[in-house]
Amino acid sequence: MSGSLARSLREYRNHRAGVVGLAALLLFVALAVGAPLFVTARDLSAVYAPGAPRQPPSSHFLLGTDAYGRSMLAVTLWGARISLAVGLLATMMSVGIGSLTGIVAGHFRGWVSTLLMRVTDWFLVLPTLVLAAALASVMHRGIVTVIIAIGLTAWPGTARLVRAQTLTLEARPYVERAKALGAGDWHVMRRHVLPNLTPLILAQTTLSVSAAILMEATLAFLGLSDPTKVSWGTTLQLAQQVGAVSAGDWWILLPPGLAIVAVALAFTLCGRALEATLNPRLEGKG
Amino acid sequence: MSAAQLAELRHTFALDKPVVVQFGDYLLRLAHGDLGVSFQYRTPVLRLILEHLGATVYLVGTATLLAAALGLWLGARTAWRRGGAADRANTAIALTLWSVPTFWLGLILIVVFAVGVGPIPGLFPTGGISAPGVTGIFPVVADRLAHLVLPCLTLVAVLYAQYLLIMRSSLLDEMGEDYLTTARAKGLRDTEVLRRHAVPNALLPTVTLVFLQLGTVVSGAVLVEAVFSWPGLGSLFYQALTVPDLPLLQGLFLFFSASVIVMNLLAELLCPLLDPRVRTG
Repeated sequence: MSGSLARSLREYRNHRAGVVGLAALLLFVALAVGAPLFVTARDLSAVYAPGAPRQPPSSHFLLGTDAYGRSMLAVTLWGARISLAVGLLATMMSVGIGSLTGIVAGHFRGWVSTLLMRVTDWFLVLPTLVLAAALASVMHRGIVTVIIAIGLTAWPGTARLVRAQTLTLEARPYVERAKALGAGDWHVMRRHVLPNLTPLILAQTTLSVSAAILMEATLAFLGLSDPTKVSWGTTLQLAQQVGAVSAGDWWILLPPGLAIVAVALAFTLCGRALEATLNPRLEGKG
Repeated sequence: MSAAQLAELRHTFALDKPVVVQFGDYLLRLAHGDLGVSFQYRTPVLRLILEHLGATVYLVGTATLLAAALGLWLGARTAWRRGGAADRANTAIALTLWSVPTFWLGLILIVVFAVGVGPIPGLFPTGGISAPGVTGIFPVVADRLAHLVLPCLTLVAVLYAQYLLIMRSSLLDEMGEDYLTTARAKGLRDTEVLRRHAVPNALLPTVTLVFLQLGTVVSGAVLVEAVFSWPGLGSLFYQALTVPDLPLLQGLFLFFSASVIVMNLLAELLCPLLDPRVRTG
């Protein structure tokens, strides 16, 4: 196991974009975790804001100030915490639902599989944003609602992928042997299928996080998140509400947006490199 | 608002009945083509949808056609010259654009091209579909086009990337097939091999995937219309979210889902026309 892990690591190092993405991710996570060291509650207070509202960048406020007069640097740094946390939690939920559906639909043939795949197809074609926004608008507004809305709508891609992989795994002789020895459904799924799915699920998780982070920002921008929590999406929503766009206050719009792009891109690069490491057939496609 | 008025309103919208009864009534009226009455506009939802449909089809149709043409063309070119500088650059741009939030791209385009930054004056209107008080055929057309540029550009930018990546990977699956070697051995020019032999075969999986991704077109349209105050279904959805106007939300949700499903059905019917293998099989 450790031998194959080391080989995978060596393989991953060959993907330069993946290494860059991973380094960027580690940096972002470190900044998000360490944010309380640089940013105090007073920096984020809307009432006792340290500066004048909507000031362009200066030596005191390197990135300018937002609509309340808070430092854009502090707001963007703090926003990473909510955006990353929501992205990761929502992805865990959607990949969990997707993997479970995929394994069950791949293991049990017949009507169970048919029913599950029809439900998956239904979720797959529906416009995700419309579904998530409709869900979030009828529930209590808040961070948890956003996580649930993303988690409940983003799983069908994972489910199809996991089902396809489960089907090929179950056709292998060692699964047949296990079944011949009397292994039950649960045993086959847990001991023989799931361990072999882990790399695929890992790659899929990494790719899903960037979609979840984009969706979090979008839902927050549409006003469906908790506006009192500082995230990249709520910062942009506030900017639009106070007319920062028509006034051309680019310093309020750029930092949160660029941060979203950087984090989403980093996760995508890591995910693609992981995928290529696990599936050499994709070599040259990346 | 007094308690009596509240009760009156609840009665008008039948909100005083049990939820199960409300849902039964809703299904019954739905079967008759009645989507209910909007809370904020006090007009039938179906009429609102039909009134706003034209603007959305105009914007989304133009953007989707442009994005598909650009994405398929670039995708075919990058796959054909795989590993080259153009391939790497195009894939990198496509991946970056995929990571850009649609609404944010719209906001930035407004700041740069509509409000103006520094010495650059605002070139295009910040939003809406047309300016009031414009008369004459040419001024009206010019005005309409000027309003279309920025929202259309935003939508194309976020949509073409996925078409590029889909076309690229479909064509890569075809590369190295024997029939391409045969075509080259016949002495066909490289562009002929690509255009007449490789692309038609790669088009089938591409078309299927493009239609499966239509949900993202709808999502993109909602955001672009909200940012640019485009008077279409997306803006209607955005306004309904902020109220929240539940009958309108329900109606739009049904309408969006139904249109995506109908489009997928069309794709199924279109496939045999594109690929004779599906026709016989």
